[in-house]
Amino acid sequence: MSMDRRRFLKIAGVSTVLGLGGASVMNGLSRRGLEASQATVTPDPKGLTAKRWGFAIDVNKLGSPADYQKCIDACHNIHNVPSIENPKHEVKWIWNETYEHSFPGTEHEYMNHEFKEKNFLLLCNHCAQPACVRVCPTQATFKRKDGVVMQDMHRCIGCRFCMAACPFGARSFNYRDPRGKDANGKPFIKVENKTFPTRMIGVVEKCTMCYERLAIGQQPACAEASNGAIVFGDLEDPNSEVRKIINSKYTIRRKPELGTQPSIYYVIGGSEHA
Amino acid sequence: MLEKALTGSKRYWTWVIMLLGIIGVGFIAYMYQLQEGLGITGLSRDVSWGFYIAQFTFLVGVAASAVMLVIPYYLHNYKKFGKIVILGEFLAISAVTMCMLFILVDMGQPMRVMNVVLHPTPNSVMFWDAVVLNGYLFINLIVGWTTLGAERKSLPPPNWVKPLIYLSIPWAVSIHTVTAFLYAGLPGRHLWLTAIMAARFLASAFAAGPALLILLVMFVRKTSKFDAGTEAIQSLAKIVTYAMITNVFFFLLEVFTAMYSNIPGHMHPIKYLFVGLDGHTNLVPFMWTATVLAFLGIGLLVNPATRKNESILPFALIAVFISAWIDKGMGLVVGGFIPNPFEKVTEYSPTIPELAITLGVYAVGFLVLTVLYKVAIGVKEDNAYDTGHH
Ligand code: SF4
Ligand code: SF4
Repeated sequence: MSMDRRRFLKIAGVSTVLGLGGASVMNGLSRRGLEASQATVTPDPKGLTAKRWGFAIDVNKLGSPADYQKCIDACHNIHNVPSIENPKHEVKWIWNETYEHSFPGTEHEYMNHEFKEKNFLLLCNHCAQPACVRVCPTQATFKRKDGVVMQDMHRCIGCRFCMAACPFGARSFNYRDPRGKDANGKPFIKVENKTFPTRMIGVVEKCTMCYERLAIGQQPACAEASNGAIVFGDLEDPNSEVRKIINSKYTIRRKPELGTQPSIYYVIGGSEHA
Repeated sequence: MLEKALTGSKRYWTWVIMLLGIIGVGFIAYMYQLQEGLGITGLSRDVSWGFYIAQFTFLVGVAASAVMLVIPYYLHNYKKFGKIVILGEFLAISAVTMCMLFILVDMGQPMRVMNVVLHPTPNSVMFWDAVVLNGYLFINLIVGWTTLGAERKSLPPPNWVKPLIYLSIPWAVSIHTVTAFLYAGLPGRHLWLTAIMAARFLASAFAAGPALLILLVMFVRKTSKFDAGTEAIQSLAKIVTYAMITNVFFFLLEVFTAMYSNIPGHMHPIKYLFVGLDGHTNLVPFMWTATVLAFLGIGLLVNPATRKNESILPFALIAVFISAWIDKGMGLVVGGFIPNPFEKVTEYSPTIPELAITLGVYAVGFLVLTVLYKVAIGVKEDNAYDTGHH
């Protein structure tokens, strides 16, 4: 279900000609270059490539709540994720959740309280068999050949079928205008990063694995800010660091029984060196 | 034939103007929603579909139920339904119109609706739902209009329309099956992940749809010279009876599987609906109302004495209709989202603007229905008058 960006651009052009909301597509293109960066015909030679990107996350290496927050802020700041207080309308790409809610059904009555309450960093799993991609009626969410599950905010019709389908609560809908202000007049986006697009009301968004950073040879922002707690790499490459961690430690994934095949592995225990 | 909708009694026009008023209010509310976004509804990150999608789901069933007239009449030559088949088809047209509007008002970016056509995606059930719903609308428009046109000239319907009529039968089943697949194919939503979903949908549709149709037919009989006949009404009432029994039976199968297996994920939504979960009980009174009404309706319908009593029958039908509406139009969609993927509970209740938009869409549906029924009954009255004079 991967999708060729050039084909997308062609269709976007057609929809503009037909006046079917393509104007916003073109605005997006010229204004921020989101789609243009994906459609680059000659990729940046420094760009990172892989057969299947994935993460190994060891939350034991995140000591204080501030360490978690650093990862979250790194992502949310560069991606212009609006901070909306109302939990019903909240938009989040990466966030904290306790063990018992991250891995529901695996907790038990004798579990040590500390572990039950331990925070995990959750984000889109970039599943190998993503339910969200299967259901989307417009291919606004699609899987790239390198495993990144993308979200095209210019094509999304806001039907929210993908939100019903994702069993991980990884998707947020813009119930409010993310470019707007809260009741006290404070903008939802505190400081706008001009190099990344902001979104419009009524579309779904989520983590896109820092595709814009990978393209220029940078690690995902959360990994970079994590002091080694989040390791990013190619799951298909047996020599990658992420694979070495998975080989040597006991890792778990969220809801593996549902068959979406998450690409995020949480380190629970095991030796430090393989 | 449409001109028949342009003349009518004072009561007819009062009704039409009232509907237009409700549509106006709904439209203003919708403008507000377009401006402010779906944040003005009760929807949330956790319960991301609510009242709109629930009405859509329910009304797909009403639309599909026309087949309960088409099968007996066209396949089994059950003549008694001859007079009212057209009313079933026109009800289907009105219901599908509402379905489409409910989808539209639920969309975050309705201006981009054509993206579904520009980027056809066969792996998405929603794509197929759009295909079958549009197809069903056209089939019923063509069949309804042609057969009525022929009836006006006292001719049998033209031969070319017959294949379309037969096609409408599996097509009706398909619209509700595909709609059930919207839900039944999603991993991790335990209330929906059930093989019996489509069957349940059809059973509840064949109860609620014909129940509404009988009520409409009884109303038409009171307000015009057109009488569908007691036998047609009683036959339809029997269809309602057995469909509703099947519906309740299917639901109890769900309850058994979830509760006896004792699997927490499967039990949670059912518990939420009937006893509440973690102290959240918004839907509990509604679900019990639906339960009581279901059994009351079945009781009155199964008993021939009460079913044949035409002053009791409407109450039985209303009970069945409301029960099915609560089950599908409230419980099913919202219950599927509770608890959320983190096993936490976020409740949902519609807001005033959301209800205004919902009513507005229903008013559009009723306006379409009123106009179509006015035409159909006008034609039938003319014919009755003509035959009376020859
Ligand atoms: S976590 Fe959810 S949104 Fe992300 S790829 Fe998997 S199913 Fe899609
Ligand atoms: S909300 Fe957008 S991304 Fe999600 S399924 Fe609908 S069109 Fe696709």
